[in-house]
Amino acid sequence: MDSELKREIILDNYQNPFNKDGKDDLNYEKVNSNNESCIDNIDLYVLIEDKIIKDIHFNGEACAISTASTSIMLKNIIGKNVIDAIEYINNFMNMINENDYNEELLGEGIAFTDIYKQQNRKTCVTLPYVGIIKILKKYI
Amino acid sequence: MKEYRDDFPMLDKNIIYFDNGATTFKPKCVIDAISDYYNNYSANAHRGDYTISYKVDVQYETARKKVAEFINADFDEVIFTSGTTDSLNMIVDGFFKNFLESGDEVLLTKSEHASNVLPWFKLSKESGININYIDLDENLHVTMDNVIKAINPKTKVISIAGITNVVGDERPIDEICKYAHANDIFVIIDGAQLVPHKKVDVKKSDIDFLAFSGHKMCGPTGIGVLYGKKEFLEKLNPTRLGGGMNESFDNPNEVYLKELPSRLEAGTPNIAGVIGFSAAIDYLNKIGMDNINNYEKKLKSYLIDKLIKLPYIDIINLESDSGIVSFNIDGIFSQDVAFYLNKYNICVRAGNHCAKILKSKTGVKNSLRISLYFYNTYEEIDKFVELISDKEKIMKEMI
Ligand SMILES: Cc1ncc(COP(=O)(O)O)c(C=O)c1O
Repeated sequence: MDSELKREIILDNYQNPFNKDGKDDLNYEKVNSNNESCIDNIDLYVLIEDKIIKDIHFNGEACAISTASTSIMLKNIIGKNVIDAIEYINNFMNMINENDYNEELLGEGIAFTDIYKQQNRKTCVTLPYVGIIKILKKYI
Repeated sequence: MKEYRDDFPMLDKNIIYFDNGATTFKPKCVIDAISDYYNNYSANAHRGDYTISYKVDVQYETARKKVAEFINADFDEVIFTSGTTDSLNMIVDGFFKNFLESGDEVLLTKSEHASNVLPWFKLSKESGININYIDLDENLHVTMDNVIKAINPKTKVISIAGITNVVGDERPIDEICKYAHANDIFVIIDGAQLVPHKKVDVKKSDIDFLAFSGHKMCGPTGIGVLYGKKEFLEKLNPTRLGGGMNESFDNPNEVYLKELPSRLEAGTPNIAGVIGFSAAIDYLNKIGMDNINNYEKKLKSYLIDKLIKLPYIDIINLESDSGIVSFNIDGIFSQDVAFYLNKYNICVRAGNHCAKILKSKTGVKNSLRISLYFYNTYEEIDKFVELISDKEKIMKEMI
């Protein structure tokens, strides 16, 4: 995929982020994602039933990369069971960390394949993953 | 002040550095002074009866005299610390913890740096003092009227920055000290953003305590100053104890401490830092603090004049009188702009700049900050303005 297309995917997910509305009700579990080196701050609202991720929404102040990354992560893991979601996440993190990974499984996540060239943006891409993994771990 | 640029090795790397509020570049004379210590007389201070250690002592105490002169203090009113944060913690923990009683009040503002907030928060938890805030006016400035309004019979301390790191406003220190002292209130000045940019005279301003950092004024990291009026430093309990600060000790009831300033400098000090800092002070004196201040103001006006012509730029501190400009580009997250500028080797800071309680005042959580120093140029500003004049380009290149 050429870099122009990747850029477009990121920009599109930034400008029209999926489920960025902070929808919250009593059944949703809330988790915050932030990290020290970057100023982004995202809240994820997660609904898991019978070990299936039924729904996730998010909210917060974040840069283009972490907003897009969250949007793309949501699209890829909603509907999956917890084990498959973790597999998606591990594969994605392998790509970020320049280890072997399976391109086929990435979905739009493929837009971030070049991010290792900008080390200072790695924390932005991985921001939502820091939060979601905290919740998923409770279900395995 | 282009003539000084050649003195800075970092300035020949094709970088435009606009984050001087975070730390400044070091001139070669500072780097050389540090190398000279490590290469030619690398010994401890206050210890040896041999030539190179004696030389360390002389350099170390000469540095103290230079700092004292720089802010018009007496030499034993200057304590070397690791920086502003360390100094402020020592002031709060070593002095005010004993002095204040439950119910006493400390006045801060909503635009203080974390290091002038958190030590007070801790003390308030520990000893029940109350923290209140001097209101900021519509420009986020501190006015005498608001200072007077905030004071009540319980007020014992005003602890504020001389110049703030986000808004860059300069506080009317002289008047605040005068009014505060007439009401038996202590004044602590966080000088981290003030001392590097403007001549400070602690006697004339009648400041009780002043804290500042060497690294924000061409000096090395890890060295800073705690200034206090002698009568108060005498009562400041050392927060650290150890070598170099005691006369003698036998048992817990027989510990005798040294006089000021050694009493407050336990352990092997940051000798290389002090020596580098000393060279930095010589350097700033050579340029002249008034020249530095005047030039920065001109640069800042030049920048503001250009920025206000761009319709989508929201400047948070239009009215401030320092070299700090905080702003946002409408619709683009500050960090994305910083990443974009980084692609052109321009260093600006995005974020809340360690003033996390300010957001409740401005409603703006994050912003971009440009903080200038005397080695910045009009040409650098032109280049920067050109790059942010094209919003489409930013959107396109920020990722
Ligand atoms: C206003 C202000 N106070 C305190 C500090 C803390 O200084 P340091 O990190 O050198 O201790 C800073 C530095 O960013 C500052 O800008």
